[in-house]
Amino acid sequence: MLELRHRAGCPGPGGAVAPPPREGEAAGGDHETESTSDKETDIDDRYGDLDSRTDSDIPEILPSSDRTPEILKKALSGLSSRWKNWWIRGILTLTMISLFFLIIYMGSFMLMLLVLGIQVKCFHEIITIGYRVYRSYDLPWFRTLSWYFLLCVNYFFYGETVADYFATFVQREEQLQSLIRYHRFISFALYLAGFCMFVLSLVKKHYRLQFYMFAWTHVTLLITVTQSHLVIQNLFEGMIWFLVPISSVICNDITAYLFGFFFGRTPLIKLSPKKTWEGFIGGFFSTVVFGFIAAYVLSKYQYFVCPVEYRSDVNSFVTECEPSEIFQLQSYSLPPFLKAVLRRETVSLYPFQIHSIALSTFASLIGPFGGFFASGFKRAFKIKDFANTIPGHGGIMDRFDCQYLMATFVHVYITSFIRGPNPSKVLQQLLVLQPEQQLNIYKTLKTHLIEKGILQPTLKV
Amino acid sequence: MESESEAKVDGETASDSESRAEASPPLIPADDTPEVLNRALSSLSSRWKNWWVRGILTLAMIAFFFVIIYLGPLVLMMIVLCVQIKCFHEIITIGYNVYHSYDLPWFRTLSWYFLLCVNYFFYGETVTDYFFTLVQREEPLRILSKYHRFISFTLYLIGFCMFVLSLVKKHYRLQFYMFGWTHVTLLIVVTQSHLVIHNLFEGMIWFIVPISCVICNDIMAYMFGFFFGRTPLIKLSPKKTWEGFIGGFFATVVFGLLLSYVMSGYRCFVCPVEYNNDTNSFTVDCEPSYLFRLQEYNIPGVIQSLLGWKTVRMYPFQIHSIALSTFASLIGPFGGFFASGFKRAFKIKDFANTIPGHGGIMDRFDCQYLMATFVNVYIASFIRGPNPSKLIQQFLTLRPDQQLHIFNTLKSHLTDKGMLMAATEDE
Repeated sequence: MLELRHRAGCPGPGGAVAPPPREGEAAGGDHETESTSDKETDIDDRYGDLDSRTDSDIPEILPSSDRTPEILKKALSGLSSRWKNWWIRGILTLTMISLFFLIIYMGSFMLMLLVLGIQVKCFHEIITIGYRVYRSYDLPWFRTLSWYFLLCVNYFFYGETVADYFATFVQREEQLQSLIRYHRFISFALYLAGFCMFVLSLVKKHYRLQFYMFAWTHVTLLITVTQSHLVIQNLFEGMIWFLVPISSVICNDITAYLFGFFFGRTPLIKLSPKKTWEGFIGGFFSTVVFGFIAAYVLSKYQYFVCPVEYRSDVNSFVTECEPSEIFQLQSYSLPPFLKAVLRRETVSLYPFQIHSIALSTFASLIGPFGGFFASGFKRAFKIKDFANTIPGHGGIMDRFDCQYLMATFVHVYITSFIRGPNPSKVLQQLLVLQPEQQLNIYKTLKTHLIEKGILQPTLKV
Repeated sequence: MESESEAKVDGETASDSESRAEASPPLIPADDTPEVLNRALSSLSSRWKNWWVRGILTLAMIAFFFVIIYLGPLVLMMIVLCVQIKCFHEIITIGYNVYHSYDLPWFRTLSWYFLLCVNYFFYGETVTDYFFTLVQREEPLRILSKYHRFISFTLYLIGFCMFVLSLVKKHYRLQFYMFGWTHVTLLIVVTQSHLVIHNLFEGMIWFIVPISCVICNDIMAYMFGFFFGRTPLIKLSPKKTWEGFIGGFFATVVFGLLLSYVMSGYRCFVCPVEYNNDTNSFTVDCEPSYLFRLQEYNIPGVIQSLLGWKTVRMYPFQIHSIALSTFASLIGPFGGFFASGFKRAFKIKDFANTIPGHGGIMDRFDCQYLMATFVNVYIASFIRGPNPSKLIQQFLTLRPDQQLHIFNTLKSHLTDKGMLMAATEDE
């Protein structure tokens, strides 16, 4: 449930709310008040009240409704509240995982839509928090402008993606051609229109508020939209690059919680008092093992391993290819001590499994920092959850805060270690050049290819 | 007449019920005017004195600008870098003052660290593109450039983790605000300066003409407003007038046309900046492209009768300069309004007091803010395509089968266009 503290200068009756630890303690549904000192109140109030008209003019904080479906409530009515909450979280977790599998089955296009939907929802959640913090519901332009900026940035990013991956489709349609060619200019013009509208909408008594919301919107865009765009790029690289990282983060969440639940003793970080070192390390090892196994299972199927391509003849996405080197079984000789343990000379692995170790390591060691960041954020703005979309879990953003850094890491990892630039993009850029430049490049390339023996010098056509 | 920074701090914000009794007083900049100027102007009334101080400083800055243009691209890059750092510093200092967060020990370190990371990322990409051969020669540089994104991301992550670890119980909101403030500032300041450098490498004229148009628009709008100003333009900046705005627009377009005519004649302005491996320095020497060769244009009938000429010889670049000047006069001021609103929101008169009579560096550069992005987008969309050397570089990292595929597609494309004879011998 969301409760915002009254920040009108009265330290008392607001009722401080403890932000939930990431794993959700077993008694999670209840509020545990955390004693906050009066000093924090003072510091917050000094800059917390921005442009509020009068002290008594504080909007009512609507208690959010309990969204647990009736059916669940009836089924669990017999249990105590601690276990009830645990069951709700468990059932919802399984529901989300099944939904995930279903969408994977339905294919890349549905996944893209899902990512887009999640991004819009996360944006909405964070912006809503901003509105509540700054009580800026009454500024008429603001919601329009925030959504407009979201639209602009998405247009920019998706336009770039479409141009790259749908190159054949785009070549056919004339209007799309000019949209693509001047894409940056159009996106910039759209953004500028929003910027000028913002400047023109500055209202005398609310400057600071408006600037804060402007900055809040932009930082949110930076976080949510770029991440989701990178997720889509990873997806196009091959669904396995989308599935393994996300599953590793989910697995780390769950196993760290379980290890912490059974063995937890030493607290990890002040920000999230329920996290423990035992959970952290146990989660790390289990995630690495899980990632290793998941990579092994998924690497066999072309459906997961091949880059997603758009075929114009069938007008749909296909994933069919010759699996690249990292998805072909290789024999690796085991280091001596493992040889003794496993009594084998070599082991057949996919090279991708080695990469999956790197991915899982990142998911377990650095991914949680995204979660700590979100916990700090929730404490800073005194909210328990980002929203109440998922019963027992909070908002969409609550589920995706650890994924936040993962998508960027996977993208950077792919571009640095796995593949070079996208060939179709290179081709597209080549075709845009001036003819003289194209000719020069053609000659350079030809020399290079002949040198490398890829092209036979006698071959003219 | 008061200085042009129009934040009338006392006036409009009285109704802001800032509950802070000790609300940060408007930062009163110390009077930085050098003694010598003070003495020389001591006899004039304070109104004219201020006008003279601003005038002299304006001329000093313009002269300085010419000097560094003369000194060449490398010095210009250094200047852009310094201006960027100073702007960043000014905005962050305002943030510190707003949030009284000088005492949080990590914050200044973290802000400067993030600045360093983002700059490392951008300059690394620029260096990789433009200094390709140099980078390929030196082994350490080659590795740095191959894994550049990964290294930059790691550096950024370290900063991010340090931020999370530095969250202190009673100051969460403060720290998040400063984190957000730092990132928005980086977004504004660093990306702009990076785009300016890109424009510079395209040819110094793409750097000089836009900046001069913005400066000219500033000055002309001020003059027109001074002599003819009557109708206020926008509530945010009460000293701006429609007469100044429109007069400035026309004056800037004319100025842009003249300036581009003058500059298009010289190779050192028109040619892309290249790094010459043999001499280990920057050179600007090339065959001027189509844009910078005089062409004959037919004058439309209406102007023909006015000027008595049938055709006129112009550089095509001058047509582009009209677009640039138009942007500088019509949209550029919005950057200035944004900065005015910002100053009012945070109740400051100037960003800092670096330049006597003018305020801080950011005050001078607020209108340039959007211009650099516009020029970069304009060049990318209308003038040139992608960078050929960068394309070759990317090509060389592809797999052999991909290379062959691209080569064959290019070949058939060129053959279709008739650029390549199907059976010609290539040397």
